[in-house]
Amino acid sequence: MHPAPSVIIFTTFSGLGFGLLFWLGLGVITPTGLSAFIWFAIAYVFAVGGLLASTFHLGHPERALKAFSQWKTSWLSREGIAAIATLIIMAIYGAGLVFAATPIAILGWIGALGALATVFTTSMIYTQLKTVPRWHHWSTPMLFLGLSLGGGALLAGQVKLTITLLTCAGGLQVFVWITGGARFEQSGSDMQTATGLGNIGKVRSFAPPHTGSNYLMREFIYVVGRKHAQKLQVIALVFGFVAPIILLLIPFNHIFAGLAVLFHIGGVLTLRWLFFAQAEHVVGLYYGMR
Amino acid sequence: MTQLPPPSAKKLGLVIDLDTCVGCHACVISCKGWNTENYGAPLSDQDPYGGDPSGTFLNRVHSYEVQPEDAPAQLVHFPKSCLHCEDAPCVTVCPTGASYKRVEDGIVLVNESDCIGCGLCAWACPYGARELDADAGVMKKCTLCVDRIYNENLPQEDREPACVRTCPAGARHFGDLGDADSDVSKLVAERGGFDLMPELGTKPVNKYLPPRPKDVATPCTPLETVAHDGKGFAAWLDRALSALPGGGS
Repeated sequence: MHPAPSVIIFTTFSGLGFGLLFWLGLGVITPTGLSAFIWFAIAYVFAVGGLLASTFHLGHPERALKAFSQWKTSWLSREGIAAIATLIIMAIYGAGLVFAATPIAILGWIGALGALATVFTTSMIYTQLKTVPRWHHWSTPMLFLGLSLGGGALLAGQVKLTITLLTCAGGLQVFVWITGGARFEQSGSDMQTATGLGNIGKVRSFAPPHTGSNYLMREFIYVVGRKHAQKLQVIALVFGFVAPIILLLIPFNHIFAGLAVLFHIGGVLTLRWLFFAQAEHVVGLYYGMR
Repeated sequence: MTQLPPPSAKKLGLVIDLDTCVGCHACVISCKGWNTENYGAPLSDQDPYGGDPSGTFLNRVHSYEVQPEDAPAQLVHFPKSCLHCEDAPCVTVCPTGASYKRVEDGIVLVNESDCIGCGLCAWACPYGARELDADAGVMKKCTLCVDRIYNENLPQEDREPACVRTCPAGARHFGDLGDADSDVSKLVAERGGFDLMPELGTKPVNKYLPPRPKDVATPCTPLETVAHDGKGFAAWLDRALSALPGGGS
């Protein structure tokens, strides 16, 4: 799959933003006044910035409001609704902390639940696709949630929580990398089923439909980045998980914590790039490519 | 809107005969022509006369080489367009309701004025039937020429999809696959029509007819060698050159 920067930025930053909103809503930290304003500003810049980035790849962003209408069947629609609802609820909860120094606990809990729902619905946009076997697996929502909660805890300055969650998420990510490669073969789709010609013999693409490239090939057949996949996996693992955990194990210091956040963001951007670049769509079978 | 309607009794679709298709791409051209000049955003091209031409097509013809274990390879031309699936994954993922499956005849369409161009429907389609137009920024797909098949301004013989109307080999058939007595349904039953990627559970309406079995050629024995011992100048030259170091036998 083509790793569009807008979608990588969207999933990375809104994941972190909603992760932080989750811990804020749960009341793990209850800052007040100016300090609360700063916490919420960070969460909203990440969450809203990510959501805005996601509209950059739309053909008609001016019609984006229509995307809230099909929640009955569409995970993308559900994600939009969950995100906006969470942002509104948490804004009221945040206003309580900033202006009245009063946490309205029930609103916070609802907002925390909404933040979880937002990240889950985001992950389901990818998980639901049978056409991309690597994504069509229970580990996709688990990993999105793990990264969001771990990164959120890191932003919220929760050392123990962060170390536990990032260790789990890192382990899950390694499991996904090890097992993900075989999932296309396990899906049962191949050139034989795609063309229905398998009972005659082995099928090979003799000539593509056109001499040039096309939308399908650009969007779904992305082979450029896989060359360095293993190196990028090590980089993502070190940046996203190992470095932040080591920095947090050193006695707490704001500079180290800031570095841990930067490393983590770099790592998550890398692994999200791999999430797309390594994923293979079954339509590639018609082109004899993956 | 993006909820799939209950299966319609009428299921309009195509039956494509892989035995008859000669790979001329006339269906590709007539499709592009009709759908550029008529309903919806035109099917744009980028750099059409340059070094890297690319464009939107609703119908593309692949060519495959199929190699049986003990027979010569076969070339199969393979036209592919929207299969108007009964369980269309492209419809349910649409966030705006722009994608829908018609209740009355099962045709899958896009309402272009509602499409935000997110591309998720193209991601959900296993067949590559949907393409985001680079100029218009909306999703394009086969309409089964819905603006021809019911068009009373056209003569009766033109009220079928442009690809079917133009196919010089008669490899494309249009009809109601929900009616077991229709010509297309009989053709599918007779020739063993099949679904593409049935394992994905999309239940395509369009069917493909397999290539008919090839005749088996009677095995022929090669002719016996006529001359075992050469004579004359050529034979002498052959012997002399073979005797040289590095010479063949």
